[in-house]
Amino acid sequence: MYPAAFDYYRATTLQEALSLLKQHPEAKVLAGGHSLIPLMKLRLASPSALVDIGRIAELKGIRRTDGTVVIGALTTHREVEFSEALKQWCPLLPEVAAQIGDPAVRNMGTLGGSLAHADPAADYPAAMLVLGASMKAVGPGGERMIPAEAFFVGMLTTALQPGEILTEVHVPVLGPGTGWAYEKFPHPASRYAVVGVAAVVRVEGGVCREARVGITGAAPKAFRATAIEQALAGRPLEEATIRAAVEKAVGPEGLLSDPFASAEYRAHLCAVLARRALLRAARRAA
Amino acid sequence: MATRYFGVAMKRREDPRFIAGRGTYVDDLTLPGLTYAAMVRSPYAHARIKAIHTDKARQHPGVIAVFTGRDMVESGVKSLPCGWLLPGMKLPPHYPMAVDKVRHVGEIVAVVIAEDRYVAEDAAALVEVEYEPLPAVADAEKALQPGAPAVHDEAPDNVCFRWSIGDAEKTEEAFRRAHRTVRLHLVNQRLIPNAIEPRAAMAQYNPATDEYTLWVTSQNPHVHRLLMAAFVLGIPEHKLRVISPDVGGGFGSKIFVYPEETIVTWAAKRVGRPVKWTARRRESFVSDAHGRDHITEAELAVDERGKILGLRVRTIANLGAYLSTFAPAIPTYLYGTLLSGQYEIPAISCEVTGVFTHTTPVDAYRGAGRPEATYVVERLMDRMARELGEDPAEFRRKNFIPPDKFPYQTPVALQYDSGNYEGALNKALEMINYKELRRQQEELRRQGRYIGIGLSCYIEACGIAPSQVVGSLGAQAGLWESALVRVHPTGKVTVYTGTHAHGQGHETAFAQIVADELGIPIEDVEIVHGDTGSVPFGMGTYGSRSAPVGGSAIVLSLQKIKEKARKIAAHLLEAAEEDVVFEDGKFYVRGVPDRFKTWGEVALQAYLAHNYPPGLEPGLEASSFYDPKNFTFPFGTHIAVVEVDPETGKVKILRYVAVDDAGRIINPLIAEGQVHGGIAQGVGQALLEGAVYDENAQLLSASLLDYALPRADDLPAFEIDHTVTPCPHNPLGVKGIGETGTIAATAAVVNAVMDALAPFGIHHLDMPLTPQKIWKAIQAARAA
Amino acid sequence: MKIPVTVTVNGQVVQREVEPRMLLVHFLREVLGLTGTHVGCDTSQCGACVVLMDGRAVKSCTLFAVQADGAQITTIEGLARDGRLHPLQEGFWEMHGLQCGFCTPGMILAAYDLLQRNPNPTEEEIRHALEGNYCRCTGYHNIVRAVRYAADRLRVQA
Repeated sequence: MYPAAFDYYRATTLQEALSLLKQHPEAKVLAGGHSLIPLMKLRLASPSALVDIGRIAELKGIRRTDGTVVIGALTTHREVEFSEALKQWCPLLPEVAAQIGDPAVRNMGTLGGSLAHADPAADYPAAMLVLGASMKAVGPGGERMIPAEAFFVGMLTTALQPGEILTEVHVPVLGPGTGWAYEKFPHPASRYAVVGVAAVVRVEGGVCREARVGITGAAPKAFRATAIEQALAGRPLEEATIRAAVEKAVGPEGLLSDPFASAEYRAHLCAVLARRALLRAARRAA
Repeated sequence: MATRYFGVAMKRREDPRFIAGRGTYVDDLTLPGLTYAAMVRSPYAHARIKAIHTDKARQHPGVIAVFTGRDMVESGVKSLPCGWLLPGMKLPPHYPMAVDKVRHVGEIVAVVIAEDRYVAEDAAALVEVEYEPLPAVADAEKALQPGAPAVHDEAPDNVCFRWSIGDAEKTEEAFRRAHRTVRLHLVNQRLIPNAIEPRAAMAQYNPATDEYTLWVTSQNPHVHRLLMAAFVLGIPEHKLRVISPDVGGGFGSKIFVYPEETIVTWAAKRVGRPVKWTARRRESFVSDAHGRDHITEAELAVDERGKILGLRVRTIANLGAYLSTFAPAIPTYLYGTLLSGQYEIPAISCEVTGVFTHTTPVDAYRGAGRPEATYVVERLMDRMARELGEDPAEFRRKNFIPPDKFPYQTPVALQYDSGNYEGALNKALEMINYKELRRQQEELRRQGRYIGIGLSCYIEACGIAPSQVVGSLGAQAGLWESALVRVHPTGKVTVYTGTHAHGQGHETAFAQIVADELGIPIEDVEIVHGDTGSVPFGMGTYGSRSAPVGGSAIVLSLQKIKEKARKIAAHLLEAAEEDVVFEDGKFYVRGVPDRFKTWGEVALQAYLAHNYPPGLEPGLEASSFYDPKNFTFPFGTHIAVVEVDPETGKVKILRYVAVDDAGRIINPLIAEGQVHGGIAQGVGQALLEGAVYDENAQLLSASLLDYALPRADDLPAFEIDHTVTPCPHNPLGVKGIGETGTIAATAAVVNAVMDALAPFGIHHLDMPLTPQKIWKAIQAARAA
Repeated sequence: MKIPVTVTVNGQVVQREVEPRMLLVHFLREVLGLTGTHVGCDTSQCGACVVLMDGRAVKSCTLFAVQADGAQITTIEGLARDGRLHPLQEGFWEMHGLQCGFCTPGMILAAYDLLQRNPNPTEEEIRHALEGNYCRCTGYHNIVRAVRYAADRLRVQA
């Protein structure tokens, strides 16, 4: 309940934040704090210094450039949930954000903070994978774009390098004929995803041109269910087709297991939630 | 007595302070020079303490002192006592801090006292304890196996006690004659109470007067004072004042005398400054006494007509590593004695083995023994109804104790005072529209939807008493209650009750009783509780005893006061005492209502004593100690309707109907609130909650990230009603209402889920009924 | 290390120097003596510590006081105006939406946040919006009614 002592540095610009991180290489970045502070309270993390980036204006806001939505890393879950722009351009994200934590958590927790923390049971990663999002990281060596597939490296590990800050998330605008859905089976205590499945389908002339299925919570990191995706491509999205595609598409090997949900049960949930998400996505695409 | 308040759903008088953030809980209090304690707790379930190095912690800036178990014992501190003894039971010592061995994860090995909470926590991490880990056992059945690691040398086989009730021979005979029997293996899983306010204690020692004051989250401050003074710390009882201010929920977990409050009281004198400790939630998980944890084999026998012949129950009760304050009573006298339920059962036999394990101590948690008993009986009733192909409501109805058989002597010691079980059942069935619901259930099953309807017809015994009887059963205390009623010269009234409210609304409900009895506005009545410095010795609040026992004590005092006031009024009215009538706050001469003296005039004269009956003492106050003649026996029927998602195994509660009979209801608003909360906790056990220990007796469900409490969206709106069968033996006709919901709900929900799963041929699953468990059972059933 | 913070709490500007690690809830309770905000857990689950920061519900146990520098904080003590209870406070009293009172401040402020974004919530929406707040006493039944009561009152006032 009582974090260990640390030194605190507040940055008001990105440049300042980067130089603070350079001066204090042991420092952790503090954004909304809703991933980091709980760990610090239990003393599972005791960084000697924090660089607070929470007030950096250039890391906030949602804008569109051509076919891409650019979301500032400091955008809160609540801002994502209620963003009219996102509801129009990328409605999957508000649907996901609305299921994170609880309203008070969503008021403080940020998109960038959640992604950088890379909790295997977080909600966003599944969506980032199916949306083909990429993360903009700025560090001492300049800036780079990291595709979602490469961003999530493992449990609580991302491709971010020491000294780098996640500044923006770039998400392609969902085109016409595209349907989306996020289905979550929350843990009854933590309300983290035991399994969460995000689906995006593109339908043309009644036929699925592309299906993307991302799964979070089930494994040490979020992954694409490529077997399901391949089974659906080029086929009409009927219930029977979807049912057949998800059946045993995700096996228990490599999945997480805990007293609440074994790997076998998680594998089963992957199939059930994938079907439900795909059905809803298909309806929306129509 | 004109009833103006009794039975009225009055808004609570305590609420204005709570809704404005002006409640006063222990952690809200501060004192000049206050220091903070952090407990150093064992990470091992079982280990020998080889050495404790405290130097680094002591040298940490801001640290005032570090103490270990040895420091306490060497200064003469004794074991925490157990307040209920059974014949032949083993009673190993339980020191506030471990001395040579730790026996459960979270047991305290040292305490750090520092200038602030953060520093105390920093320094606690600097205390180095050398442990020699030893094998541990968390499961009570495994603890009984030969070769299991012994928790205490005093009990090498880990058996604390073996206890039985009923007539084993007669029960065997009943089973021999049986037409049909059913058998269930039931695990009533361990629960962790999780009152939202964590336990806390703050102690101060005044060297000028040699007096201690302890502020503690307690459901029974006098019990805390007595046990700490007489048994643990050796402080003269009159030199220890215990104050339990606003308390944020108890549910049993704040009855007991815990190590932490004894440590801060002891340490306050040692460091010469006040000391406060407040549990972090993860400490609550390992240190608040847990609840339930039974493994039971239960069998029911019926004759050809489906009438019950006998019930046979064998239970292994996990007591944890040490005996908590009332631990031995819970799986015995509060459990075995309730096994007759609402039914005529000619023969019952119950054997209970109390077992030590390397886990947090287990004691009373809301319902305490009675939910476990109800679960056994009501699961068996459902199982048997299905076996016989009878409707579960009709099977119950057939076996009810009929209303004309009260008082009813059960084969397990209790004599039920009153009851009309069919009345409550009928009302509940009507509310839920049972026949139509069964029809819908059939229809939905054909559509592949799995709806289940579960009944629970429960009996509760509360306000356990009388003292002589409980004493003969092993209680080391009387179970009466006290009330001091003090009338002030202006006629205003202060009532000091030995009960304690931590959410139950006594400040309102008791004032309703007093205002009616005296015919005065409720604003003129103040209810005081929770301070041994002002309240007469009382037993506190648990076991739904406050209204039937504490309320009755208040009535007795009011009767004494009215008697004396009548004497004063008769003198003032120059009338014979027997001619004076007291009504609506006025004393008048019978037949002459306009010749009267007001309550205020009489109260004033009691203190002026200028114009006063000769020989009568001045003043107007009275105290009483009410010792009930019997328990009271609330009862009722709860019905849960659930839907199971066969794909994920997830259960949703669609409807919940409760009909309770707690006798006369003082305040329906408060009574219904008690039922609501009780149901939520019962549902929690059925579907969500459960302590999980691993093979090394590590508690895996040790935070709110792992241990699921019911949230708002886990529950439906409740449909509540009641019947009224007054308690015949207390002056208010009231029974307890605080635990009925919890006692009833667990079995209702589990029965509903099993009903939903009946098409799969699934007869029983143990709680909590998590989605995975249900899914697996459906998978297995489909494969079979 | 100590850091100066300036926070407007219930309309009053306060300036203090705090250790960076001090959580906002301890700043409110121990530095300012506003003990209406409670601590019920250590994993950001229970919601007893919810306050409004710049008008939005936040868990003050999961926020360093330094993060609140410059913010407007409303605690339960600041909800009543000119001695008049807020309709949510009224609702909790009228509908018996509390028993032990420990979760109540956080519950009320979480409901405040809900009614701001959804002035006319259904029962289901209320239950969902309160998922970050535990109550162990009421079974939530009367809490839901209390929030409905407040919603109706606020709409009449509006």
